[in-house]
Amino acid sequence: MMASRFALLAFLALLAGCKREEREARLAPPIAEAQGAVLVMPNGISGRPHDVIAAQGDAFRNNAYQLSQGKRLFEWFNCQGCHADGGGASGPALMNGWWRYGPDPVSIFLSIRDGRPNGMPPYRDKLTTEQIWQLTGYLQTLGASTASLASTSRNDAMHSRPAENRAPAQAGHTTRPSP
Amino acid sequence: MTRPPEDRDLRDTALDTGQEPDALERRLARIWRTPPGLVNALSTVDHKIIGRRYIVTAFVFLALGGVLAMLMRLQLAQPESRFLSPDLYNQVFTIHGANMMFLFAVPVMEAMAIYFVPLLVGTRNIAFPRLGAFSYWVYLFGGSMLWIAFILQMGPDVGWFAYVPLAGPQYSSGKRADIWAQMITFTEISALAVAIEIVVTVLKQRAPGMSLDRIPLVVWAWLVMAFMIIMAMPAVVTASSMLILDRLVGTHFFNPAEGGDVLLWQHLFWFFGHPEVYIIFLPAVGMISTMLPAFVRRPIFGYLPLVMALLTMGLLSFGLWVHHMFTTGLPRLGESFFTASSMAIAVPAGVQIFCWLATIWLGRPAFRVPFLFILAFFFTFVLGGMTGVMVASVPLDTQVHDTYFVVAHFHYVLVGGAVFPLLGAIYYWFPKITGRMMSERIGRWVAGLLFLGFNFTFFPMHILGLQGMTRRIYAYPAEMGWGGMNLFVSLCSVAMAAGFLLFFIDIFRSARHGEPAGDNPWEASTLEWATSSPPPPYNFVRIPVVTSASPLWDEKGSLPVVSGLAVNRRELLITGMGNATPEVRETSPQNSIWPFFAAIATSVMLVASIFTPWAVVWGAIPLTITLIGWFWPRGTPEDDS
Amino acid sequence: MNTARLPHLFLLLPLAGCSGWQSALDPRGSTAEELHGLFWLFTITCTAVWGAVLLVLAAALWRRRHPAGISEAQQARSERRSGVAIGAAVAATVVIITGLTFASYLATRGIAEEHPEALTIRVRGYQWWWEVLYADSAPHRAFLTANELHLPVGRPVRLELATADVIHSFWVPNLAGKQDMIPGRENVLVFTPREPGTYRAQCAEFCGIQHAHMALRIVVEAPADFERWREAQIAEAAPPMTPEEEAGRQVMESKACGACHTVRGTAAAGTLGPDLTHVGGRQTIAAGMLPTTRGSLAAWIADPQTVKPGNNMPMVPLTAEELQAVSAYLARLR
Repeated sequence: MMASRFALLAFLALLAGCKREEREARLAPPIAEAQGAVLVMPNGISGRPHDVIAAQGDAFRNNAYQLSQGKRLFEWFNCQGCHADGGGASGPALMNGWWRYGPDPVSIFLSIRDGRPNGMPPYRDKLTTEQIWQLTGYLQTLGASTASLASTSRNDAMHSRPAENRAPAQAGHTTRPSP
Repeated sequence: MTRPPEDRDLRDTALDTGQEPDALERRLARIWRTPPGLVNALSTVDHKIIGRRYIVTAFVFLALGGVLAMLMRLQLAQPESRFLSPDLYNQVFTIHGANMMFLFAVPVMEAMAIYFVPLLVGTRNIAFPRLGAFSYWVYLFGGSMLWIAFILQMGPDVGWFAYVPLAGPQYSSGKRADIWAQMITFTEISALAVAIEIVVTVLKQRAPGMSLDRIPLVVWAWLVMAFMIIMAMPAVVTASSMLILDRLVGTHFFNPAEGGDVLLWQHLFWFFGHPEVYIIFLPAVGMISTMLPAFVRRPIFGYLPLVMALLTMGLLSFGLWVHHMFTTGLPRLGESFFTASSMAIAVPAGVQIFCWLATIWLGRPAFRVPFLFILAFFFTFVLGGMTGVMVASVPLDTQVHDTYFVVAHFHYVLVGGAVFPLLGAIYYWFPKITGRMMSERIGRWVAGLLFLGFNFTFFPMHILGLQGMTRRIYAYPAEMGWGGMNLFVSLCSVAMAAGFLLFFIDIFRSARHGEPAGDNPWEASTLEWATSSPPPPYNFVRIPVVTSASPLWDEKGSLPVVSGLAVNRRELLITGMGNATPEVRETSPQNSIWPFFAAIATSVMLVASIFTPWAVVWGAIPLTITLIGWFWPRGTPEDDS
Repeated sequence: MNTARLPHLFLLLPLAGCSGWQSALDPRGSTAEELHGLFWLFTITCTAVWGAVLLVLAAALWRRRHPAGISEAQQARSERRSGVAIGAAVAATVVIITGLTFASYLATRGIAEEHPEALTIRVRGYQWWWEVLYADSAPHRAFLTANELHLPVGRPVRLELATADVIHSFWVPNLAGKQDMIPGRENVLVFTPREPGTYRAQCAEFCGIQHAHMALRIVVEAPADFERWREAQIAEAAPPMTPEEEAGRQVMESKACGACHTVRGTAAAGTLGPDLTHVGGRQTIAAGMLPTTRGSLAAWIADPQTVKPGNNMPMVPLTAEELQAVSAYLARLR
C-alpha cells in the first residue's frame, strides 16, 4: 500500500517533469489569439491573463524551451540596447526586483506589447503574442530570487552578470552606479 | 575470538579422506553460493550471476535500440515523411547511437569478460567482485535514466557525440544534453570498475602454468580492452563534466567568446571515441580467435602475431582520433599524419585476418552456427575495413564525412566486426552459461537472416551517401531521388529485425527446452570447458594447472590440479604476472549489500548534480556512509585471514 | 557466399548511371573531379583486396583435404608455407596502404591551391539557412543574399565559411568536399566550377531541429550571365507595381516581417532573417524547402511551423488580404 502510494507519487513527479521539456513548435491560431486576450486594469498595470495560459501549465514560466526562446528574443530584438544584460542602462534594470509597472506577468506583457512612456516602444507589430509571452517568462527569471530548474543557462557571449540559472543574479553583482 | 585451528584453516586436502565422495564440492558450494531471496540476489558478488545480469541487460538495451532503428527506417522509407516529428526523430537517433555505443556494445563486451575471464583463466571469482556488483548497478541505473528521460520527452537530441555549441548552454535548452552527459558518467564509472577487475584478474589470478604465451586470445583481447578503457574513458568523463559545468555552473570551456574552444570538445571526445570503437572491436576479434580452433579442429595459427596485432591496434587506436575531424580545417600537415596513422591500423587488422585464413586453411572446418557467424564477420567486416581505408584519406573524407556512406561504414565495422562475432560467441558459450544448447536449425536461420538483412540494409547506404544524403536528417525532399533506395533499405531492415527476433526467441526457447549440453559440447580446448555447465558457484573444484596453450586438447584425460586451498572461506590463488607461478593464497570477499547501496547513492548524486552543483557536496555524504559500510570489517573468515 | 554476393553487384549498377545535382559521383568542379578520381582509385583497389580475401576464404573452406589427415612433416611444411604467405600478404598490405596514403597526400596538395584572382564570397551558416555576402572593394557594390550562390563558370572561387551560431558544414558534392563552419574560426574552401548548371548543397553537420532542411542552391553560369545577375542584386528592391503589391510593401514594413528581414530600399531593415531584397528571383525559399512561387510564399508565411517545424520564423497573424498582398509583393521582388 505504502509502496504503491510512493510509486504513484513518483509517477506524478515524473509527469510534472514531462511538460518542462515539451517543445511545441506550432501554436494553434485560436490559442495564440486567446493568449493575447488579457484582462487589464484601467490604468494599464496588472490584470489577469487568459485562462489558456494556465491551461497550458504556465509554459512560458516553466518550460525550458519557451524560456530559451524568450532569451533568444531578448538578444535578437536588442533589449540590451536599453536594459543592458538586465542591469539597466538608458532603460530601467530588469533584475533588481523593482518593476515600475508591476511585477506580475500581465504587466510585463503589457509593457512589451503596448510600450510605456519615456521611451519603451510597443512591440505589438514586431513580435507575435506568443513571442511576447516567451519574453515575459524569460524576464521574470532575470530578477528571480531563486532559480527555477527550467531557467536558461549562460549564453555564448561576453558576460556582465551570472547566468539566469544562478539566481539570485543580484548577489555578487552591482548594477551601474547611480548618477 | 579463537577458533579451533583446523576450523580456521581447513584445506581441501583435509577432505580427501575418501569417506564422503562429494564432501569437497559440498563444502565449496556452501562457502561460495548465493542463497535465495531478494536481499541475497542484490548482495551477490558471484561473477557469473553479475555477468549474466550484465549480458541480459545489455541485450535488452540492444532490443530497445533496435526498436528505435526501426522507427527511423519507418520515417525514412519515404521522402518528407511526417511519421516522427523532427524533435522526436532527433531524440530517437541520438538515443539509438548513445544506447548502442554506451549501453550495449561496450557493456556487453565487459559483461562477457566478467562472466568468462575467471573461467578462462581458471580462478574462482573475479578480482574485486564487489566492485563488479557496484558496476552493474551503476550501469543499470544510468541506462534506465536515459530511457526514462526519453519517455518523459527529455531525451538527449544532440547526437551521440553531442558537439558543442549545439549541446552547450545556449543552444540546448532544458536538461536534455545534461541527461546525455551524465549517462556518459554513469557508464564510464561502471566501465572503469570492470576494466580494473579484468586487468587484475588476468594479471594476478591465472591458473598456475598459464604463462603469458598460454593465455587464451580472447583474454588477451579483454586485457587490452581493459587497458584501453582505463586510458580512454577519463577523456570523455572530463569532457562530459566540462559540458555539465558549462551548462550548470557557467564555466566557459567551450565558449570562444570567453577564451574557450569548441574544437576542444571534439578533440577530447574523439580521443575517447576512436579507442571506443576498438574497445568494442578487440574483444570481438578475440572471441573469433578463441572460437575458431574449436570449429577447424586445430590450434590457432600465429598466436604471437595475433597477440602483437591486438597490442598494436590498442596502441595505434589512440593516435588517429583526428580522422573524425578532417573537415574542421586543421593544419594540413597534421591531417596527413593522421591519414597515415589511420591507414596504418589496416596492417595489424590484416595480420589478424591472414592468421585466421591460415587457420581455416590448415584446419577442417565444421559449419556450425558460431562458425557461420565467423564467416559472416569475414564478408562484412573486411568490406567495412575497406571503406575504413577510404574514410581515412583526408580528401576522400571531405566527400563522405557525415553522410550515409559513413553510416554504412561504421555499421559494417560495428555490426560486422563486433555484433556478428558476439552473436557467434553467444551461440558458442550459451551451453556453458545455461547447460543447454541453442538450436542449430534456428541458428542457421538467424545467421542467414542477419547476414542478408544486414548487407541489403546497409550496403545501399554507401551509394546514398555518395549521392549526397547526409546523416541525421529526419526528412529529405522527393526531388533528391533517394526515395527508392531508402524504401529498399527500410524493407530489408525488416529482415534484419526478424533475424534478431528469431535470435531472442531461440534464446528463450533454448534456456528452457534446449538439449542438455554436457561439459564440453564443442570439444574446445580452453579451461572454461573443464568445469560443468553451468559452472558451480566456485567454478572449479580444484584450480587446474595449465601446461599448454590448448590445455584440454593436450592433456589427455584429466587436467592436473592444485590442492591445498582453504575450504572454510572464499579463497583463490594469486600467481605471478609472467609465468603464473603460484605466489600466495588470497581470500575473495563475501556477498555484500553495500555495493548496491553505494550504487544508489552514486546514482542519486549524479542525477541530482544535473540540477544543482551542490548535489556533489551533499550527495557525497550518503556515498561516504555506504563506502564505510562496504569496507567495514565484519569478523568473517575472509576478514580474519 | 557467392550467391549472396550477386545481389550486391546488382545494387552496384545504379552507380554506373549515377548523376545528380547533389552527388559526389557526378563531379562538375575542379576539386570534385580530383576527388572523384581518387574515389575510384580507392574503390577499385579496396574491392580487389576484399575480393582476394574472400576468394582465399572460399578456397580455404572448400579445398580438398586428406580424409585421414596428413603426416607431421607435411603439416609442418604447410604451416611454414602459410607463414610465408602471411608475411607476403602483410607486405602487400603495407605497399597498398603506403600507395593510397601517398595518393591522398598528393590530392590534398592539388586541392588546397589558392588563386590570387579568386572570387571571394563569405557564406555564413545560421540555424537553418545560409547568408551569402558578395564582398567588393567598392562598398556600395557589396551585397547580401541568402540560400543561393551564383558563380561564374571557370573562375576560381574562395569561400570564407563562418557561422552565426552552432557548427554547420558546407558541402556541394558536385563541386568540392565539405568544410565545417565553426564558431570562433574561419575556414576557407577553394575550388573552380567547371560546368554550368544548378547544384544543391546541404548542411552536413547536425545543427539542430531543422538540420534536414538547410539547403543551398548553387547556380554556375556563364561569366556574362553572372555579371548581369550581380548587377541586378546590387540594385535596390523593385518598386511595387500594383496597388496590391503596394499594400504588400506596407504589410512588410508595418507588421512583424520588417523586424527580422531586410528589403533594401524600404523601411524593412531587420537583420535576423534572410535578406529578402530579391527573394522573388531566387529559386527556392526557406533554405531549399519550397520553390519560389507566390503560392508557396503565401503558404510559408501563413504557417512556417507546419512547413518547417521548430524553425525561428514565427507564425505572424495576418488577414487573408494582408497575406495575399505580401506574397504578391515578395514574388515581385526579382
